[in-house]
Amino acid sequence: MAELGSHHLATRTLPLAGHHGGSSVVRLEAAPPAARLSLRARAEDVAALSASLGISLPVKPKTSVCVNGRTALWLGPDEWLVIDEDHGGLLQAATDSGVLHSATDVSHRNTAILVSGPGAAAAINGGCPQDLSLAVFPVGACSRTLFGKVEIVLLRTAEDAFRVEVWRSFSDYAFGLLAAGAQDAALSA
Amino acid sequence: MSSSSNIGAFRIKGAGRHTPARTARFTFDGKTYTALEGDTVASALLAHGVHLVGRSFKYHRPRGILSAGPEEPNALLDVSWDSARRQPNVRATVQEVFDGVKIASQNRWPSLKHDIGAFNDMLSPFFAAGFYYKTFMWPKEAWAKIYEPFIRRAAGLGEAPKEEDPDHYANRFAHCDVLIAGAGVAGLTTALSAAATGATVILVDEQPEVGGALHHDAATTIDGQNGYDWAQDAAARLKAMPNVTLLTRTTVFGYYNHGFLGLVERVTDHLARPGRNLPRERLWQVRAKRVVIATGAIERHMVFSNNDRPGIMLASAARSFLNHHGVALGRNVGVYTAHDSAYEAAFDLKRAGVSIAAIVDNRTDPGEAVLAEARALGIDVLTGHSVTDTSGRLRVASMTVVRNGGANARKIKIDALIMSAGWTPSVHLFSQSRGKLRFDEANQRFLPHIYTQNCVSVGGCNGTDDIADLVGEAIAAGGGSIAVTAENRFEWTGGMIGAAEGAGPDTAVKAFVDFQHDVTAKDIRLAVREGMHSIEHIKRFTTNGMASDQGKLSNMHGLAIAAEVLDRPIPQVGLTTFRAPYTPVTYGALVAHSRGELFDPARKTPMHALEAQAGAEFEDVGNWKRAWYFPRRGEDMHAAVNRECRTVRDVGGVFDASTLGKIEVVGPDAAQFLNLLYTNAWDTLKPGKSRYGIMTREDGFIYDDGVVGRLAEDRFHVTTTTGGAPRVLHHMEDYLQTEFPHLKVWLTSTTEQWAVIAVQGPKAREIIQPFVEGLDISNEAFPHMSVAECSVMGVPARLFRMSFTGELGFEVNVPADYGPDVWKAIWERAQGIGACLYGTETMHVLRAEKGYIIVGQDTDGTVTPDDAGLSWAVSKKKTDFVGIRGLKRPDLVRDGRKQLVGLMTRDPTLVLEEGAQIVADPNQPKPMTMLGHVTSAYWSENCGRSIAFALVAGGRARMGETLYVPMKETTIAVEVTDLVFFDKEGGRIHG
Amino acid sequence: MLLIHCPYCEEDRSELEFRWGGEAHIARPENIAAISDEEFTEFFFLRNNEKGLTYERWRHIHGCGRFFNAARDTVSDKFLLTYKADLPKQPIAAVEEALAAAQDKVVETWEQTEGDAR
Repeated sequence: MAELGSHHLATRTLPLAGHHGGSSVVRLEAAPPAARLSLRARAEDVAALSASLGISLPVKPKTSVCVNGRTALWLGPDEWLVIDEDHGGLLQAATDSGVLHSATDVSHRNTAILVSGPGAAAAINGGCPQDLSLAVFPVGACSRTLFGKVEIVLLRTAEDAFRVEVWRSFSDYAFGLLAAGAQDAALSA
Repeated sequence: MSSSSNIGAFRIKGAGRHTPARTARFTFDGKTYTALEGDTVASALLAHGVHLVGRSFKYHRPRGILSAGPEEPNALLDVSWDSARRQPNVRATVQEVFDGVKIASQNRWPSLKHDIGAFNDMLSPFFAAGFYYKTFMWPKEAWAKIYEPFIRRAAGLGEAPKEEDPDHYANRFAHCDVLIAGAGVAGLTTALSAAATGATVILVDEQPEVGGALHHDAATTIDGQNGYDWAQDAAARLKAMPNVTLLTRTTVFGYYNHGFLGLVERVTDHLARPGRNLPRERLWQVRAKRVVIATGAIERHMVFSNNDRPGIMLASAARSFLNHHGVALGRNVGVYTAHDSAYEAAFDLKRAGVSIAAIVDNRTDPGEAVLAEARALGIDVLTGHSVTDTSGRLRVASMTVVRNGGANARKIKIDALIMSAGWTPSVHLFSQSRGKLRFDEANQRFLPHIYTQNCVSVGGCNGTDDIADLVGEAIAAGGGSIAVTAENRFEWTGGMIGAAEGAGPDTAVKAFVDFQHDVTAKDIRLAVREGMHSIEHIKRFTTNGMASDQGKLSNMHGLAIAAEVLDRPIPQVGLTTFRAPYTPVTYGALVAHSRGELFDPARKTPMHALEAQAGAEFEDVGNWKRAWYFPRRGEDMHAAVNRECRTVRDVGGVFDASTLGKIEVVGPDAAQFLNLLYTNAWDTLKPGKSRYGIMTREDGFIYDDGVVGRLAEDRFHVTTTTGGAPRVLHHMEDYLQTEFPHLKVWLTSTTEQWAVIAVQGPKAREIIQPFVEGLDISNEAFPHMSVAECSVMGVPARLFRMSFTGELGFEVNVPADYGPDVWKAIWERAQGIGACLYGTETMHVLRAEKGYIIVGQDTDGTVTPDDAGLSWAVSKKKTDFVGIRGLKRPDLVRDGRKQLVGLMTRDPTLVLEEGAQIVADPNQPKPMTMLGHVTSAYWSENCGRSIAFALVAGGRARMGETLYVPMKETTIAVEVTDLVFFDKEGGRIHG
Repeated sequence: MLLIHCPYCEEDRSELEFRWGGEAHIARPENIAAISDEEFTEFFFLRNNEKGLTYERWRHIHGCGRFFNAARDTVSDKFLLTYKADLPKQPIAAVEEALAAAQDKVVETWEQTEGDAR
């Protein structure tokens, strides 16, 4: 038995493995695993961190920057969520900046649901109180907000596509409410 | 029967807007009728000459259909869509007929025509206003046995369904530049105007089609078209615009703060076979930059004796039934009015072939044009006359007419009576928006005056009667430059509020003000005589306007009668406040998606599925589902927990601790920050070590606790209680952001980043040893309260040496996605060694055996660290921490405070009840002096007896004392002990 | 449902995203361990709960996470101003003027003219 531990590498079980759904106007799918960093820093250290991470951290509220599969989302005046779909060494890059900051790995805390299709905004508005019109929530806009009874981070990746970041234990609920919203989006104006 | 009589003997050929070929069959009280598609239940019943549809609330008087819209107070019916779907109190004037719908009358027994409750009508002198307040006063004992059951049986209309609602409901948040409530001429014109500017518009109307008053008013011409046709064209144009959302069958039920409005869209109530996925209703939560209220006006009834018989109806309603539904309400109709609008109803009926017995006009000076038209049509008009009474048991049969001031009454035979006392502007939404009304003395009505939100009222609800003015107002409100021309045939004059002649003051006269609550003019007068001088008091004493129609018809009349008796001008008597919802809203709509699986998030740990596979029973801890215990075949909870408790102490156990709150505290000032937030000192904690910490609030009471590990100089891994995680983070952020913003430290929730597998028991090290890489976990290298980053099964892990059982213990933290695989491997090995899986119940027992408290169970927000026996965890050296001053408050340092102690029952097999009270002398007289209460109590298999914690006044000074726990049947003697019941020396934890 | 302007997100957001945080501009005494019972009572327990203009704390808890301050009229529920947490109490010109005007017209009470206060 003892050798089993040293030779057997743990495998991942994704919280939304196998989840997919939607309606005639909305497609719902679980996003592939990604590396995520909760990054906190003062304004004077943003430049150094940006250089080190290879992505210029947005300083304007509700905006994101996406470069080569790495996305930095403004969540607050000293807070970013950095998502790397190719698992790049985010923590190390932040450390290498040499400036004061807090970087915490939250890769497994969050999971993401991709919502796309002409009814995507309506489906999300089934539980999210924000104005998702393109004028107010354009492509690239992002925000922490509420979705029904859970908190999410919402990112608009295209005119009719969103990424919904949610804590893993809330993901079942979020997916269920999105499915209800997707169904209703297909049935109403 | 001919095909035309199939759809009702009172259908008027060529009248109405429904297609004769499209029929629907429905039943009313078991009898089958045929309706036309587009009929309401009301119009379909009237088409068959059915006027009697219900019994009134208090007196059980026969009642008919009073209106043709949502203001209906009388015709409340029980509607069954199918065998599983039924709803009471549905307004017959709103519910559309569809094939197969079953309708039943309410508030009658054994039948609508013979109702025993009508006895109340004869007893009515005893049921006057304030009856309940005066009668059900004494004796006190009669309340529970007599009065309450009586009131409960009598209270409420209809019968609520007992089955679960099989429908689902949807919710939508929406935003717009302009929301327009009401799609009559004013609303449609505003929408066209606003849409032309490019604004995003949501236009809402409660009826199935737009048009509003054009449903009944067939004499308005707009842009050269018949008004109703123009409205449908306008709706089609609006629907085609991308910036317009048109919602019909949708009610704006509430206008709240800052441009927030609640709408409910009825999606399937009118459908015989709704699509499977369709929600029954959709709640719209709209945030509008600007609101245009175009809700029109509601016609009032005349207040006179016996004005409530079936067959008596608002004039505009009769006109709607005729012009929209093609149904005449009778063959020989009387008219009683104080306003010109009823004349137009009479004209329409007359032209449709209905005989008009007479127009009785309370005024002496009706409009000249309507008088001339009446004359031309050969209708008898009696100006300066009143209807003082009616007859007819189940339907009106005659009206008694008297010249005002005269004595000679004469009875005129009729089979229906229409009435109009004028129009009340629908200022409900304006009033809900906190707008202030003014009284328009000339027209005896309240109108919007001072706006507090970005909204504007147009048309009838703004008192704008002239249609050309109305259109101009609407165009201006929309902000666009469009042209619409509209004209009416007649200009209306007149209107009255209050009781007409013949409504009293004779106390035997029943002149109804509020039909739904059976409030008469004399009830209002009585209320004033009894000393109610404020309209708010009069309303509550009489219940005028308190029914589900919220007094849409009755408020103005009630106010005028009160003002008359009080001899005060109407504005001084005041108007009661209009509150949301405008019309009743189903709970289903308000709940929307939040039911079943979506009622509340069910949070599951990464290992949940594996625990379920292993047979776990789960318990709810906040939103979390936690494995409670793992019964084996044949085991009940007690047996399973006993086995788990034994096995953990004898061999080992594996426990899912993932739900514990985790906060990463990072930054050069992290230790300083924790020094301020916890009672303990953290700067002395070395990296690689952890410590149990207590957090107090500023008032000195325990707020949370948990183990905090220092991973590096500038990085702490803080754990909180499962339920406390969000509020502890909020509390920390509060102090960090607003009191200590100079500190260079950040907080990140990592609760869900880590799957936490606790392995406890003498064999714990043996169990995890093979999986841990890059760390010596021997007792010497990794003693109790150590923490380290290492690798477990090839993934980066954080390993804590800690224990909530008093045994040798480790907590393995791995990134959550790896949790199931690591759990599987650890459990496989643990099982081989003879360990068990254990759940929260065993965890609770084991920690209690060791005297470890649970914040929130053994503390309740009034317990200090010292009360809980934890003063060792409060730093004496620190000059500041949250709670430092609160702990010194006189009441927190006095003698005799309740302190947490152990209790052992004299009979070791008795397990105390948590929450049970404790006394020193069980024989003292009641009320006894209570010393405290039991906070935790378990059977301890390892101790072979029951154990308990209790908060007891002066508890630590009572060691060895015998106290008593009086229960319902028996009194239990207990001995006060310290908190540690097992392994008092504490050696096992270092094993 | 209120619409609240978050001074950090620079946008109006639904009240759903916020949490109320009690009266604003009550600083925790720096020497808290040394203050008297009376001073602690004043600091911790007593709040003005004023009708009308109120300064209060809010947190954009389901947004940027920041605490900020707001001047709100509790009668109309109107927000007169929201501002960042590190700013001092912001005067509301119009309201101050109205209050000053009201003070000029203070009704003469017995307390003021005849009683001990004189």
